[in-house]
Amino acid sequence: MSQSVTVTKAGMDAAPGRTARSGSAGRRFKRGAASAGWALLGILLSVIMWELVKAVGSVVPFPFNTSDTTMPNVWTMVTGAFQPEMRGSSTTVLQAVIMAAGYSLMIAMGGFVVGVSVGLMLAITMQRFAFMERGLLPFVIASQTVPLIALAPLIVGIGNRFSVGPFEWSTTYSVMFIAAYLAFFPLSVGALRGLHAPTATSLELMRSYAAKPRQLLFKLRFPSSIPYLVPALKVSAASAVVGTVIAEISTGVRGGIGRLIIEYAREITGQPAKVYVAVFGAIILGLVAAALVTAFDLYLTRNLPKEGPA
Amino acid sequence: MSVTSPVSTTAVRATGIWKVFNEGQANEVTALQDINLTVEAGEFISLIGPSGCGKSTLLRVIADLTHPTKGSAEVAGMSAADARQQQRYGMAFQQAALFDWRTVRRNVELPLELQGWSKSARAARAMELLEMVQLADFAGHRPWELSGGMQQRVAIARSLAVDPPLLLMDEPFGALDEMTRERMQNELLRIRQETGKSVIFVTHSIPEAVYLSDRVVVMSPRPGRITDIIDVNLGSRDEDTREAEAFFAGVTAVREALRGRTGGSAARARVGEV
Repeated sequence: MSQSVTVTKAGMDAAPGRTARSGSAGRRFKRGAASAGWALLGILLSVIMWELVKAVGSVVPFPFNTSDTTMPNVWTMVTGAFQPEMRGSSTTVLQAVIMAAGYSLMIAMGGFVVGVSVGLMLAITMQRFAFMERGLLPFVIASQTVPLIALAPLIVGIGNRFSVGPFEWSTTYSVMFIAAYLAFFPLSVGALRGLHAPTATSLELMRSYAAKPRQLLFKLRFPSSIPYLVPALKVSAASAVVGTVIAEISTGVRGGIGRLIIEYAREITGQPAKVYVAVFGAIILGLVAAALVTAFDLYLTRNLPKEGPA
Repeated sequence: MSVTSPVSTTAVRATGIWKVFNEGQANEVTALQDINLTVEAGEFISLIGPSGCGKSTLLRVIADLTHPTKGSAEVAGMSAADARQQQRYGMAFQQAALFDWRTVRRNVELPLELQGWSKSARAARAMELLEMVQLADFAGHRPWELSGGMQQRVAIARSLAVDPPLLLMDEPFGALDEMTRERMQNELLRIRQETGKSVIFVTHSIPEAVYLSDRVVVMSPRPGRITDIIDVNLGSRDEDTREAEAFFAGVTAVREALRGRTGGSAARARVGEV
């Protein structure tokens, strides 16, 4: 997984038209190509390891099952992706996985936006009022220790009774809510740290200018929090995706990658490759979410020196 | 204060200022003890003393960045709090404290932006100030692309942005190398000459204090108090001043005052006999 993340990053770094101060375009391209190369090497090594375990497992008895039904060969997975999803259906497994991943991505993005907004507001409130930080932060942390499996049916149950005017709650909103519930936490903690980041001197400077609280927030605290905000956004995006997949499974919402994994898992004896294709679909979904945030990061930090927070 | 003279000739008046940290606790520290100091308009004053003598604290009381335990500070004939609200002083710190996400010009514009100046007016003013500190060519650069001395010049330009009558400087050249430091001192004197600002300058460099100041306020720690005020009368400064007899006399006078020697007064008598 980690090597795949590098692929995304390398791809971004090598993208043309990016104005970086560190090094010439040629050197940047070389660096990008090098990290892409390492990432490919990582993937290749994973494939070799997988096949090696299978090969050895077929000769020496292993404490776990390495047969083709549980650990299909890599090429079986690749060809399996292009087979029809069901006998006689016109869509391939790959197409079904992409469709489902796209559906889940939409839900995850909805949850991400809600979670990030709530997390940001919490962080601003906690930074502004010290008593809020003391009072709220324990709850924010406790919120993440509630098992999702317990939470999901509760939210579905409560949501089903919920309607305001023409707005009717649907189970999809419950999934989005759970994604938001997971996504708000890293953001609020990261943003809180970021809002506390300005140096004492910068704060005194703003005070000497008799800056109003709103000016302090927008002209100093927000811009200084960006180096903290960006990694928090990445974790939040990944959390939103994980939350979506788990919530889809535990609420039984159809159409998304979570449900697809469950359905395909039942067919593991017949078509073991299918579930793996779906799992990779979920991984790539997470990477797409991370890549979107990375693109946003490059935009936000275009004017900042290349080092992270000191 | 006399009501009849709206234009005060006194830049800063500190009256009976005490600052006690952790009052009533075991770790109580008297940072400032009964400070009385008057700075005339256009005067250049240095505060000098060892670490912990309260020189920075005094500056911050005058800037209304911290409240005195007792006593009061007046800036431009009004309370320190009003002076801050009305931007009657500009401040520069040891760290240039430029905002990385802004260009050099937009850093200088910051105080004007907070005051609600129009975009074109503040851009024009910022360019004018960057000309003054000879950094107009770097207006579009980012702060981190500049050397330490250049960053400090931007910070000085920024402190002058709203054209305040008073500059409060807290060891602004403390992090610079000796050569850059001397150049910056000349630069500051030139700017002060051009603008006629009053300056309160915190430093722990004796030659720096003597070279820059009309008066050097010598402070001592535990409790922080003013032990001596030494008049420096070097006339207009240039590079030769640093090697002049009167300059060395001033340095000796300040040094002896810092040591608490009575001989300070003998040395003081020679200062200014150019």
